[in-house]
Amino acid sequence: MGKSCANRFAIIWALVPLALVVGMGTHRALPADGILAHWQSMWLPDADIFLRFAVDGTSWLFLLLTSLVTLFALAATAKLGLGGRAYCALVLVLEGMLFGVFTARHFIPWFLCWEMTLIPSYLLIRLWGGPGAPRAALRFFIMTLGGSVFMLLGFLALQLSVGTMDFSKLAELASNKELVPLLAKTFASTGCTGQFLLGAVAVCVFLGLAVKLPVFPFHAWLPAAYAEAPTPVTMLLTGLLSKMGVYGLLRILLPIFPEVLPALAPTLMLLAVVTVLLGAVAALAQRDLKRILAYSSVNHLGYCAMAVVAAAAVQTDRSAHAAAISGTILQAFNHGIIASTIFFCIGLMEQRSGGARNLADFGGLRARAPIFCGLMGIALFASLGLPGLSGFVGEFLIFTGVFALVPWAAAVAVIGLLLTAVFFLRLVRLVFHGPLHPACAKWPDLTTGERWLLGPAIALIIIPGLCPQVLLHCLNADTVRLLDLLHILS
Amino acid sequence: MTPAWTLISAFAGALLVLLLPARAAGLARVIALAASIIGAVAAAAACLTKLQRLDAPAWSFDKPWIPELGIRFHLAADGLSLTLLLLTGLVAIAGVLFSWNVETRPRAFFAFFMTIIGGVYGVFLSRDGFLLFVFYEIVILPKYMLIAIWGSTNREYGAMKLTLYSIGSSALILIGLIVAYAASGGTSFDLNDLASFKYAPALQYWAFPILFLGFAVLAGMWPFHTWAPTGHVAAPTAASMLLAGVVMKLGAYGALCVAMPLFPQGFVEWRLVIAGLAVIGLIYGALTALQQKDLKFVIGYSSVSHMGLILLGLATATHWGLRGAVLQMISHGIIAGLLFGIAGRVVYARTHTRDFSALREFDLWRTLPGAAVAFTVATAASMGLPGFSGFVAEVAVVIGVWHSYPWLLLPVAVGLIVTGAFSLRAMHRAFFPERHALAAPAPPLPPLTWPEISAIALLSIFSLAIGIYPLPWVTLIDDGLRSPLFQSILSLP
Repeated sequence: MGKSCANRFAIIWALVPLALVVGMGTHRALPADGILAHWQSMWLPDADIFLRFAVDGTSWLFLLLTSLVTLFALAATAKLGLGGRAYCALVLVLEGMLFGVFTARHFIPWFLCWEMTLIPSYLLIRLWGGPGAPRAALRFFIMTLGGSVFMLLGFLALQLSVGTMDFSKLAELASNKELVPLLAKTFASTGCTGQFLLGAVAVCVFLGLAVKLPVFPFHAWLPAAYAEAPTPVTMLLTGLLSKMGVYGLLRILLPIFPEVLPALAPTLMLLAVVTVLLGAVAALAQRDLKRILAYSSVNHLGYCAMAVVAAAAVQTDRSAHAAAISGTILQAFNHGIIASTIFFCIGLMEQRSGGARNLADFGGLRARAPIFCGLMGIALFASLGLPGLSGFVGEFLIFTGVFALVPWAAAVAVIGLLLTAVFFLRLVRLVFHGPLHPACAKWPDLTTGERWLLGPAIALIIIPGLCPQVLLHCLNADTVRLLDLLHILS
Repeated sequence: MTPAWTLISAFAGALLVLLLPARAAGLARVIALAASIIGAVAAAAACLTKLQRLDAPAWSFDKPWIPELGIRFHLAADGLSLTLLLLTGLVAIAGVLFSWNVETRPRAFFAFFMTIIGGVYGVFLSRDGFLLFVFYEIVILPKYMLIAIWGSTNREYGAMKLTLYSIGSSALILIGLIVAYAASGGTSFDLNDLASFKYAPALQYWAFPILFLGFAVLAGMWPFHTWAPTGHVAAPTAASMLLAGVVMKLGAYGALCVAMPLFPQGFVEWRLVIAGLAVIGLIYGALTALQQKDLKFVIGYSSVSHMGLILLGLATATHWGLRGAVLQMISHGIIAGLLFGIAGRVVYARTHTRDFSALREFDLWRTLPGAAVAFTVATAASMGLPGFSGFVAEVAVVIGVWHSYPWLLLPVAVGLIVTGAFSLRAMHRAFFPERHALAAPAPPLPPLTWPEISAIALLSIFSLAIGIYPLPWVTLIDDGLRSPLFQSILSLP
């Protein structure tokens, strides 16, 4: 089977999960527990370990994102002349594992899918990446694995003392404040308090999630991996793999550890704010387009971490919590679409300029390729949070929530917003405007195929920006349930 | 088919191969394959029967052998033995398939091979201490021959070192068994009788380490592990698979089913030491593997590291820990077989090197993609990624460690991370190396043959099957752990 045949097959194949996910979302006569679909099978029933998967509104949104971005990345693969049998197979395996991560309701199946994303992404970076890819792929793999080991050990402590690793059962127990006494009882011989033990478990889990997100200081793998990976893989990394971290913070850390998170929150908040600032400052210092975007992803996902930590820190203001939590999910969804769109645009630039992607290699593109610049401009402005585009909605909700919960963090993080605007505008000025760079003199504008690919992506940026209710509507019921579980009253 | 067929088929196979006339030497591998398949099928059938009727009494065969000394020919198979029998059968099939094209003296090779398999089956089935020891000894000589005649790098040294360690450890085991036999009145060698006798605590305190050490040397416990890497590297592929896959498990099995039940109080006194040595072995094996330049040495040291996890599981003396230890025996048996098969047979037979810098020139990812895919799967399984058998074992052992020695978890975490690092590094450097863009294109290599593909598929499928659906395996192991032998250990505070 030839390369283009494999690519075409994979694209058509990737339409199937998209159709299924959309189909699942259309009949929205939601049952009372909010579960759209579920499936389970035995693993070790005597330890209450089941392979349990379920889709609720939030999961559904992440599934939609996964199927959209995978399809987009596969189409981009074909456009950029990459791909082949092994490549497409790995992308589809990765997609399957991501579906698992976003739907698993028990730690074991969740962790299974979480770890199994590593091998395909390692191989995709390693085998199709740039010259620095081997090192980048190795570092990516080992750092993530390191975080995961701690997460596993933490959850196994819960298994021993509580007897289950089911997310909803653990959240139920946490909601009744039973985890601390159970841990204290099991590990009485160590002489540590239950509070300390649960805190240690929470830190372990946070470590695993923080590497994926990534949160400072666990971001060291990210710039090289994003820059060296082939562009469609970078789209997957930023659009989907980083969302695993956001999803984990929201669906695992927040509901299971409310007993200890307020005590840990100041430290975590500091890390989140540093992530926001560091991402923005580092992006400002970079000249390589892919690295700029990589750091801007760090910055944007830092807002998500900040919102989750803020929601964990204070337990009073219900409307602020609702804003922070739904803002996080929207930000994750929108960032997934926006960042993969921008990376696709960078891939097109790289292809047209023969591999160059430094700021200095471009100039005055607007004159040569107005449609390309217009569409990429929309994506860039969405990324810096222009109202009316999708990026604004999530950031607005996050800042509304965080201002009410932890004012100082929001105040400091606003600097990050400003810096983001600075480096995106600089990018627009240097690349689109100014004198025409001699290397860009023969730059063709978008072909019809590329327009058809970029057009829907831009539509997905504009529509949720104009009517965010479309997305919020999926989340409300879940958010209410989460807030009830956390006993947050108005 | 009773589990006895495993034993019968292996020894009958060995005998048949020896009786072959010289002109029909090519049939040796066919007979060996048939015998291995019969053994594996018998074990699998017994496992399935057991799963269907868990409360049925275990199969056993009990005849007096040397009545004057109270020695009986007592074989029995509970769930635990059955899973290990099945493991042995699988590794035997894969071993024959990976040695499909042994040209030098095939009859002797397969006769020794089947004798080892028969001895291993015998150990897993024996319920009499003396009988167990006899089978244990049967394994040693063919092991030496396989390495000394068909081995590679430094084979005389490797074979001699391994054999001396084995003989030393057998001596310790014999002493330990005789102490137990004499102290319990000298009437029976039956393990159940020996274990039900209450030995004086002072005797247990010094007899336990002797017996345990005898088995632990074969299980590759640090600092008595040094025979393992050199022996594994020197051995021909099928022998490395057997050594790492099942022979090391004999040590762990003996520690679990003989040393610990016989002297439970001695075990309590020493278990902290065992746990400490196990963790050192786990980390030391992983760190050493991280620095090797030879693919087979990486796998050899990884065995030391993985066996550390087994011993750690035993030392926790919890249900989860023992369960995890047995699961890890099975899992490591399969995975070590797979890794050695790929490194020793698939790669080495084609490239004649195992050195990372030399392998780089072969660009294996392009010239031998099948092997690269198989090794990636084996690496994932070996580093304990979920979905493979190693993960299930790791989860069970770690729960046991949380219960007994929570503070040991920090070094265990380090060990697990380094395990990931060295597995990945070996895969990276052997199969996906960094090459200069201008380097000469690698010479083409012959593609994988059918015996190789079937062996790889067999082992990978079992590793995945255990990882995805561990329930039947755990059920069988739990059945074995319900035996009265382990109650004195599991009831420890």
